[in-house]
Amino acid sequence: MSTATLLDDPHLKARFGELKPALTAQAAVIEADRCLNCFDAPCTAACPTHIDVPGFIKRIASGNLRGSAMRILDANILGGSCARVCPVDVLCEGACVLLRQNHKPIQIALLQRHAIDAFWATGETPPAKAPGTKKLRVACIGGGPASLACAAELCRAGAKATIIERRELPGGLNTYGVAEYKLRAADSVREVEMIRQLGVEFRCGVEVDSAAAIEKLEAEFDFVFLGLGLGAMQRLNVPGEDTKGVMNALELIAAYKTGHLRELHGTVVVVGAGNTAIDAANAARRLGAAIVYMLYRRSEQEMSAFEFEYEHAKQEGVQFLWRRLPLAIRPEAHGRLLLETVQVRQADGKLEVVPDSAATIDCDLVVPAIGQSPLTELLQELRGVEVRDGRIVADRETGQTGNPRYFAGGDCVNGGREVVDAVAGGKRAAMAMLKTAEVAHA
Amino acid sequence: MPDIGVRNFAGKINCPNPFWLASAPPTNTGEMIMRAFDAGWGGAVWKTIGEPVVNVSSRYSATDWNGQRIMGFNNIELISDRTVEQNLTEMAEVKKRYPRNAVIASLMVASNREAWHEIVARAEDAGADGLELNFGCPHGMSERGMGSAVGQVPEYAEMITAWVKEKASTPVLVKLTPNISDIRTVARAAKRGGADGLSAINTINSITGIDLDTFVPRPNVDGKSSHGGYCGPAVKPIALNMVQQIMADPEAALPLSGIGGIGSWRDAAEFMLLGCGTVQVCTAVMHYGYRIVEYMAEGLDNWMREKGFKTIDDFRGLSVNRVTEWKHLNLNYKIVAHIDEQKCIGCDLCHIACWDGAHQCIHLDRVSGPIDGHVELHRTPAEEQTASLASIAETPVTRKEREAAFAQGPYPTPLARIPRVDETECVGCNLCSCVCPVEGCITMVRVDKDVPPETWEQRTKGAA
Repeated sequence: MSTATLLDDPHLKARFGELKPALTAQAAVIEADRCLNCFDAPCTAACPTHIDVPGFIKRIASGNLRGSAMRILDANILGGSCARVCPVDVLCEGACVLLRQNHKPIQIALLQRHAIDAFWATGETPPAKAPGTKKLRVACIGGGPASLACAAELCRAGAKATIIERRELPGGLNTYGVAEYKLRAADSVREVEMIRQLGVEFRCGVEVDSAAAIEKLEAEFDFVFLGLGLGAMQRLNVPGEDTKGVMNALELIAAYKTGHLRELHGTVVVVGAGNTAIDAANAARRLGAAIVYMLYRRSEQEMSAFEFEYEHAKQEGVQFLWRRLPLAIRPEAHGRLLLETVQVRQADGKLEVVPDSAATIDCDLVVPAIGQSPLTELLQELRGVEVRDGRIVADRETGQTGNPRYFAGGDCVNGGREVVDAVAGGKRAAMAMLKTAEVAHA
Repeated sequence: MPDIGVRNFAGKINCPNPFWLASAPPTNTGEMIMRAFDAGWGGAVWKTIGEPVVNVSSRYSATDWNGQRIMGFNNIELISDRTVEQNLTEMAEVKKRYPRNAVIASLMVASNREAWHEIVARAEDAGADGLELNFGCPHGMSERGMGSAVGQVPEYAEMITAWVKEKASTPVLVKLTPNISDIRTVARAAKRGGADGLSAINTINSITGIDLDTFVPRPNVDGKSSHGGYCGPAVKPIALNMVQQIMADPEAALPLSGIGGIGSWRDAAEFMLLGCGTVQVCTAVMHYGYRIVEYMAEGLDNWMREKGFKTIDDFRGLSVNRVTEWKHLNLNYKIVAHIDEQKCIGCDLCHIACWDGAHQCIHLDRVSGPIDGHVELHRTPAEEQTASLASIAETPVTRKEREAAFAQGPYPTPLARIPRVDETECVGCNLCSCVCPVEGCITMVRVDKDVPPETWEQRTKGAA
C-alpha cells in the first residue's frame, strides 16, 4: 500500500487547517474534570457504538490515558476518526446533560481524540487474541469503516478476517471522502495501520465483480461481510453533464485529498445541500474559488445538512441559491461553463417552474452533490441477499442477510449514515458471526 | 449600617475588622504586614518569634481535587528564621504607622520561665497588642520540646501560660494544636493558667501525597519528606468541630480567634456563629494574596445587613447550642427527598448514589408509572446499564429523525431519566441532595405530622 501521496503535504495542510485543533494536555484534564460522570450516561446511549464516555473521560482526568484509549477502542476501533468526523451535536454532545445546566456540553469529541492520539503516539496496538484461536475465517468486502470495524472485532477475538478493497488504500470514505479539515487522510491511514496490526489481512486493488470471484470467496471463507458502502454519486440528468469541468463532490474531495487537485479559481457551483455538498463547497473555497454557490431545489428549511455544517459553510463564504434547479450545462470559451437554471416553487407537493425565472450562471466548475446511488451490480450475483430500495435487507441486531453466510453493515444497509453507524453495524455483525461459529463448533 | 469592628477582644484588643492574618509566611516581615494592613486586614499575628531557625527547601505541598488547586495545604516550615531583634524592631515600626490595626506577637521559646519572661517583655516593649503562645506547631519545633510538644500536654501548657501571665500586660492567647484526642483538655489548661483567649486550630499532622514516579512523599527534600501541618479548605470542618467543642465547654470557653480553612466571608461567619470573635487566615492568602480581605469584609458586611445584625456580637455564638449530643436529636423528625422535575438535568447521580450508597429508594421507573413498593420490584443499576448497551442507536441524519430524537417532553429532561423518590422507603439521609449538581433540584421535605419529638435518651430512659 502506498501512502506516499498522503504524507505531509504542506500545501494541503495550509489550505485545510484543522477545524477543531487538539486539546492541550492541561485543557483536556480541565475539561475531563467538568464531566459529571452521569450514571448510565445519555452520551453513551446516544453513541451508536455505545462508547463508555464518562468512563474514558474520568480516566483522562486521573491521568490514565492508556486506559482511556482502551476503553474507547474496545467499543469503537475507529474511535480516532469518529472523534474527528462524528456530528457530535446530534450524538453524544447533543445528549450531554450539561446542556440543560449551563448550555456547555463536555467536549467529548476532543477528549476522545486526546486519548486516542496519545495512544497512537505510543505505537502500541490494542490487545488481540492470537490469530486462529477461533476457527472462523471471514471476508469483508469493502474497506470502509463497517468492514474495518467488523474485521477488527473478529481479529481481536482470535478469528481471521480479510478485507477486500477495490481502491489502492483502505479506509473508504474516511480516507477518500471526509473533508480534510475534519479528518486527514493520513490519520485515516494511520488508523487502518493499527487495524492491520491486529492481524487483519488487506487485499487492496481487488474488485469482487463476478460470479466466479464470489464463488472463490465462498470457498475460502466461512462468512462474508458486505461493507460495500453506496454506489457512485447520483447524476443530475441534465444535458452537458459529461462536459469537462463537471466533477461530482466525492471526486472533488478524493482528488484534493490525494493531491491530484491543488487549486481552483473563479466560480464553482455545487448542486445539492447535504453534508457532502457542504464539504465540497467548503473545499472549493479553500482551494481558491472566489465564488462558491450551493444550488438547491428546495428551501433552507428543508436542506438535509446538519445545522452546524450549514453554519460552517456560511462562515467559509459559501453562498446559497435556494429553490433553483439546474437545467443544462454548456461549455464556454477558455474552459468555462454556463449553467442554465430556473427558479422553482412548491405546488401541491410538487416542484413547479416559476415563469420567466431562467438565469444562467457563468462558472468554472459544476459539482453535482445530490447523493450516492445504491450499489446494485454486485448484489444481483449474491443468492439470497435481498435488496430493497437500494439497501441490503439485514437483521437489525446481527446484520445477517437472507443468505445466512452473508452479513452486512454500514451505508449499504442503512442507506447512508455516519462513520459511527457503520462501525456499530460492522461490530454487531462480527459479534453475531462469532456467536454463530461458536454454536456451530460446540 | 453594620459595624464589623472588633472591640476589646480578649480584654483589650481593638481593630477595624475581625480578619487577621495567621502567624505564618504572610506575616514574615513588617513590610509584608504593612502591605496587608493597606489591603484591609484588621490584624496580624506575627510569624512566630523565637530563636531563629534554619529551614529546608522545599517546604510546601498541596492536595488538589478535581482540578481545583490547594484544596488542602501542608507545610514543614518552622518559625521565623530572622532574629528576635529584627522582628521586634519592625513590629515597633508597624505599630507606629498602623496604630489602629492589631499586631499580635506569636511567641515560642524554650520551656523555661526566664526565657518566656524575657520574650514577653521584649514583645510588649515593641508595641504588641497581644501575645499568642505557639503551642501548636506540629513539625520540627515539637522535636525540640516546643510547639505541639507543649500543646499536647495540658500540664505544660498550663504552666507556661501561667509564666507568661506573670509578666504580660497585654492579652495572652494560647494557640491550640488539633493533634490531640480532645482539644478541650489543653483549652481548659490554658484557661486555668490564666489565658485571656485562645486561637484554634493549628495545623493537622499530614502527608499530602506521594510522587508515583519517585515514591517520595511530598514535599520532597532531597529524596525524603517529613510530616507537615495540614491546613486550607479541607480542614475547615475539623476546625469548626473543635471550635464548637471549646465554646460549648464552660471550663474551656474563652474569647476565641478561629483558624482553619477560612477563605471567604462565609467561612468567617460560620466560625463566628460558633463563637469566634476574630478569625485568622493564611492558606487563602498564600493562594491569592492579601487582596481577598476585601471580598471577606464586604461579604460579611452585606450578610450582616441582610440579617439585621449591627455588630459581630449580635450573631457571635448563635450556633453553639445548635450542636448537641446525638442522643438529644429528635428521632421523629422525618424528611424525604423531593426532585424538582423542571430542574432535573438527568445525570441520575442521585439514583446510583441512593442504590450503591444509601437505601435503594430512588428509581428510574417514571415511564412505567408510580410503583411504591420494595426495591426488588425495580431493575438494578447493572440491569439498566446492560439494557442501554444492548439498545441500537443511530445517528439522526434527517431533519425528521433529529426532531424525533430531540423532541421535548413535559420536562426539559426526558421522563425516563428523571428519577423518582419512593417516599415510603426514603430515610431522609440527604445523600441525593449532596450529589445533585443542580442548585435547588433536590430538596428535603418535612413529612412528619403531629408526632411529638422524642430523643433516643427519652426513648431508652429506664430501659437499661
